Amino acid sequence: MVHSPSDAPLVLKLDGITKRFGALTANGDVTLELKQGEILALLGENGAGKTTLMNILFGHYVADEGNVLVARDGQRLAELEPGSPHAALEAGIGMVHQHFTLAENLSALDNILLGTEALSALKSARAPAQKKLAELMARSGLAVNLDMRVSQLSVGEKQRIEILKALYRDARVLVLDEPTAVLTPQESETLFATLKKLSAEGLGIIFISHKLAEVIASSHRIAVLRGGRKVADLPTEACDQRQLAELMVGHEITETVREPGHAGEPLFVMTGVSAGHGREALHDIYMDLKSGEILGIAGVSGNGQTMLARVISGLETPAQGTMTLGNRNLDHASARMMIDIGLARIPEDRHHDGIVGAMSVSENLAIEAIRKPENQQYGLLRFSAMRERARKLIKAYDIRCQSEDSPARLLSGGNIQKIVLARTLETEPKVVLAAQPSRGLDVGATSDVHKRLLAARGRGAGVILISEDLDELMRLSDRIAVIHRGHLSAAEPTETLDRGTLGLRMAGHSGKDAA
Amino acid sequence: MSEILEILLSANFWAASLRIATPLIFGVIGALVCERAGVLNLGIEGIFTAGAMAGWMAVWLGAGLWGGVLVAALAGAFFGLIHAILTVPLGLSQHVSGIGVTLFATSLSYFIYRTALPDVSSPPRIEEFEPLNIPGLSDLPFVGPALFQQTPLTFLALFLVVATAYVLYRTPLGLAIQAVGDNPSAVESQGLSVYGLRIGVVVVGSAIMALGGAFLTMSAFDAFFFGMVNGRGWICIALTVFASWRPGKALLGALLFGAFDAFQVRLQTEVGAFIPGQVFLMMPYLLSIAALIVVARKADYPRALLVPYFRGQR
Repeated sequence: MVHSPSDAPLVLKLDGITKRFGALTANGDVTLELKQGEILALLGENGAGKTTLMNILFGHYVADEGNVLVARDGQRLAELEPGSPHAALEAGIGMVHQHFTLAENLSALDNILLGTEALSALKSARAPAQKKLAELMARSGLAVNLDMRVSQLSVGEKQRIEILKALYRDARVLVLDEPTAVLTPQESETLFATLKKLSAEGLGIIFISHKLAEVIASSHRIAVLRGGRKVADLPTEACDQRQLAELMVGHEITETVREPGHAGEPLFVMTGVSAGHGREALHDIYMDLKSGEILGIAGVSGNGQTMLARVISGLETPAQGTMTLGNRNLDHASARMMIDIGLARIPEDRHHDGIVGAMSVSENLAIEAIRKPENQQYGLLRFSAMRERARKLIKAYDIRCQSEDSPARLLSGGNIQKIVLARTLETEPKVVLAAQPSRGLDVGATSDVHKRLLAARGRGAGVILISEDLDELMRLSDRIAVIHRGHLSAAEPTETLDRGTLGLRMAGHSGKDAA
Repeated sequence: MSEILEILLSANFWAASLRIATPLIFGVIGALVCERAGVLNLGIEGIFTAGAMAGWMAVWLGAGLWGGVLVAALAGAFFGLIHAILTVPLGLSQHVSGIGVTLFATSLSYFIYRTALPDVSSPPRIEEFEPLNIPGLSDLPFVGPALFQQTPLTFLALFLVVATAYVLYRTPLGLAIQAVGDNPSAVESQGLSVYGLRIGVVVVGSAIMALGGAFLTMSAFDAFFFGMVNGRGWICIALTVFASWRPGKALLGALLFGAFDAFQVRLQTEVGAFIPGQVFLMMPYLLSIAALIVVARKADYPRALLVPYFRGQR
């Protein structure tokens, strides 16, 4: 929690914003105010309309109703031209998108200068810009090597460039969309320290998040969106995590608890496995998954998790090393073989690798067992049997869809994940590979995923849980290993680890990346 | 061996290389700026034809030579605008639109030519550009005839290479063009118009391409005839990849191709008695493919090339 500015003037007001996409109301009559020097957290589940609201503020979308009012340079609030990022920038609004908007083929300096100079200018004025940026960096503590090509910079540096872009244009309101999603815990702390410093200098800040802890630790005020409507707007002092979680979800939440487990014999073992090239390559991986345990793999994304999941799924053949399941050697395993011998694959990119969007829910539920007699006869599919099974699974896994015949792409992310869970876990697999299983899911769907994984563990399956969310890992895993630049540390019992230690290991021990 | 040396040491060979390279320089510079902004322009072959026809016809109808150049550029800009509208705000396939523009521009050029001149057997000639005589430089021994006895359009092409490099790397506009070809949202989030930039660049790039066509009818030859562009536009598309989208390398690539072509013509007259002429005609193309294989494997494509951008998409 941070001390709140008392009677500072308003710098921004969103007044009765409504935005519809077809039948969906993304924002319904949302009113939001921001004072000078205030940090406002915009909290909500996925699909609650947070990003849409901020995109309206920045002019990417035009609201169907309502308007945006901005105070320019201490003047009174005046309406902002809708649908124009240019106008928003002119009015002193800076936005740091969740997916960075940087040209990777240009230097950091070029990206910051982009659009700040007249396109008819015959020369780019470097020297004064560099001087101004040097002062800004010294004042805010946002250090970036301005001459490096953006493609060579780390995620943390890219984010600092995005903030500098706004500060360079003398922004008076800064909006950050899920700024900590891609950062290590240490980097997140540094970011919030910077934001507090900037707010103390009078910058109004809105940050979007669904992480309760950081919202409470780093804001003056919290607005909660649910289903596109604002359901609460409270000073942070008056909030606690439980209350906020319930406001976000709309009902009480029961936390999943991991009972002590009974880990058995080593089940799935990787020895000296190397695969791939470049940043995502794996080097000399050792892993022993026991039956009846959840083995967590922590790491910042892009450190080899994707390749690890591909190797385990049989999609990538390792260049070196061996893998065994029980007594069975998996040197030349294909994806089909891995499924046949009892691997449940919950892929990282569920929309792309988890379902075939154009196919129906029932087809997607059958797709990994399409050669089994219950789904086909004489090479022809048994659609009625598939549908019947799908109806059962839809009920058992609470998949919200119009019918088993709707195309899977029409379902929400949480329900798509339920299709994947139903398809893979229903076969009682020996090994479950869950890659980022709750990424982008809301609280309700996340708790559902967690329960299913714990149930598989209770049944005696070994679960590999690859995640960037330390809370999730600490809560579910029996042991945790850390992956960094393709090297996997030895797994240690969760009880002996804490967030700080894991965070440092995720940054490669030294922790210098977090500075 | 001595024949080859003889060819390489003649000023005439170098002058021919530069002359053959000139339309390619226009074409590759035009293609390069379009692709830097994220738009592949396969209309190039047709835009060459349109430029060749329009420039020639303007002069034939009584305009001055530079008036003809202007008309050619405007014709290129017109077809560029069609391609830009189809691919940028409407986001259609750049391949399909580009081929369509090539077919349309080529056929329309032939149609207008035939309609204007229904029954001529040999194409009417115009007064073409004369080689410039630059005091001092043109009279230098060897270097003068090799490099400095070209027509004004060749010097314009060389100037455009320098100007394009300067704009691309030194000006705010150039930064914006590079950015819009890499990540359009970077441009939009900094308050610039993605559509405005891309449309503008494609129109200007197409106008430059058309100058390559104009060079053919107003400098290399003095008349317009069917099939005269003969795949030069496609060569420029390949040269753009060869050049890794850099103007300096684009010039180098065009000169190399020009030199291969000039070389094969001369070699043909030396040893044409033993080897069929078609083998020599193939040579520049084969060498282009070989060069592409070596260079383009590591090609660093503009990331947003071929990817349409839609505002506020959901």
